[in-house]
Amino acid sequence: MNIKEVTADTILKEAQAMKIEKYRLIQICATKVEEGNIELLYTFGDRNDEAHFRFVTDGKTPIPSISHLYWPAFLYENEIHDLYGIHVDNMVLDYRGGLYRTAEKAPMVKE
Amino acid sequence: MATRSVVPFGPQHPVLPEPIHIDLVLEDEKVIEAIPSIGFIHRGLEKLVEKKDFQEMVYVAERICGICSFGHGYGYVDAIEHIMSIEVPERAKYLRMILFELSRLHSHLLWLGLLADAFGFESLFMDTWRIREGILDMFEESTGGRVIFSINKVGGVRRDIPDEMLKRFVKKLDEIESEVGVAARAFLEDSAVKTRLCGIGKLTAREAEELGCCGPMLRASGIRRDTRKLGYLAYDDIDFDIIASDVGDSYARTEVRLGEIFQSIDIIRQAVSKLPGGETEAPVKGFPDGEYMTRIEQPRGEACYYVKANGKKFIQRMRVRTPTFANIPALTKILQGCDMADVPIMVVTIDPCISCTER
Amino acid sequence: MGAINFTGRVLKNLFSKPVTTKYPFEPHVFKERTRGHVENDMDVCVLCGLCQMKCPTGAITVDKKEQTWEIRPFSCIQCRSCVDQCPKKSLSMAQEYQEPGSEKLTKTFPLSDAQKERLAEQARIAAEKAAAAKAAAEAKKKAEAEIKSE
Repeated sequence: MNIKEVTADTILKEAQAMKIEKYRLIQICATKVEEGNIELLYTFGDRNDEAHFRFVTDGKTPIPSISHLYWPAFLYENEIHDLYGIHVDNMVLDYRGGLYRTAEKAPMVKE
Repeated sequence: MATRSVVPFGPQHPVLPEPIHIDLVLEDEKVIEAIPSIGFIHRGLEKLVEKKDFQEMVYVAERICGICSFGHGYGYVDAIEHIMSIEVPERAKYLRMILFELSRLHSHLLWLGLLADAFGFESLFMDTWRIREGILDMFEESTGGRVIFSINKVGGVRRDIPDEMLKRFVKKLDEIESEVGVAARAFLEDSAVKTRLCGIGKLTAREAEELGCCGPMLRASGIRRDTRKLGYLAYDDIDFDIIASDVGDSYARTEVRLGEIFQSIDIIRQAVSKLPGGETEAPVKGFPDGEYMTRIEQPRGEACYYVKANGKKFIQRMRVRTPTFANIPALTKILQGCDMADVPIMVVTIDPCISCTER
Repeated sequence: MGAINFTGRVLKNLFSKPVTTKYPFEPHVFKERTRGHVENDMDVCVLCGLCQMKCPTGAITVDKKEQTWEIRPFSCIQCRSCVDQCPKKSLSMAQEYQEPGSEKLTKTFPLSDAQKERLAEQARIAAEKAAAAKAAAEAKKKAEAEIKSE
């Protein structure tokens, strides 16, 4: 797996570059790592090729949304917001925590 | 201007086998917007990975969903095998491929039945499910489970399937093929069915690509992309073409899925004739350390399995991106501007599998 | 013509035998490999506890003191993990499904008397061996100490 480490500020630039290369968005995945940090993995893909970008966030600062570049990203971002409690800025469609009807808020970050 | 009203669709609805809730914003009979909301069957299976041994996790992964069960189990073990660099024996690869195609058959037949039920063709629904029953019997005979096979394990398959049994299956599949042929004619040529499906939920190739669709939904819109062509398992040795249609409506999706049924039968035939002998599992030593993302073609489309492990007994993260999740943006799009009466058909044509979506 | 496409099939179904069986009047025939429920041969079981450790749902409890083997059939997911792991091959997968019930029950199987005796015998031999080994080790130590003191 070839992962490029980026930061929350540069992910938009990378997504833009991917869009120009005509890559599609495969998925966005959040992973709980040490000390309450959350790692975000963005995967873009061509037919046979995959490109991965990763950055770490502390879970409290909002992260930028790539949904105005890749429209379906809003669903992944809403999912991350509902399951991990990360606020995502400027989503094209913000369900405001209404996508996952779970009994607990942000269940995936609980110990 | 007509007044707007919000009509809730689901979580309980006659066409839905599983609970999804969609708020439909209506203007008279036209749908203006559709707002999906899920989480009724969110079980937190991805969270469970922190408490389960990585070999036991296979059983959990299989139980993400009853219909795509084999694919989930396989996707998970494939990621682990890549992390631990385990070379799976050829025979195990072929057996996995045969079972995978059988589960594609049963999934598509199930969907055809649900579709027939959704447009009110009761006897066709019963006929497709009767055909599907034959495939479930094959599963029971070969793996011991009708729905959850529990045959995948890290390093191979847990039970060998004898060659004679597979040859018998191929013979039975010939019968099934002719029976599906009769049902296929009813699906594709019946004028009543055509009026219910043609032109409903149209999606152009450009839209399908931009909305991130996958699986039959994408191929029905004219984009020839099939993850099986990446050549995992033994798909490289098998000769098959991608089935696609350029129309992009519900009828095209039915056509593609019917085509894939015949294709799957053909793949199974080829695989059984090429089946190598030998071992069915490789030894597993130590614990996984590293990360990997594997992509496979589930009956409903491309699914991704991401596993991150840090050399301990428990895995750090397992993520499953399921095909239905990727198809939900497209669903909200095709629902815009359609008639209220067509909503059930459209929800069914994306082949929603909510258990997978929520995990 | 579209409308008569399926008529042949419908007529055939009308005049042929039903594909379903008349369960429970006709008994269901299970396949040879069907995973129904777990059975334990209490004549062979040595209560090693490996099945308890390997059960993904924790449905099995092995009580070494009471010499019983317990299973909660409603927690069991029929994954066949315990059967594969059993070192003595005392566990097996029976084909009949677990019967439904209104309460979650626990099935307890005590060891058979013959097996109890066999295990006791084995334990006694093992204890004797251990005692003998201990005595030998002590004698050796003593001898060494005597040599040193001299």
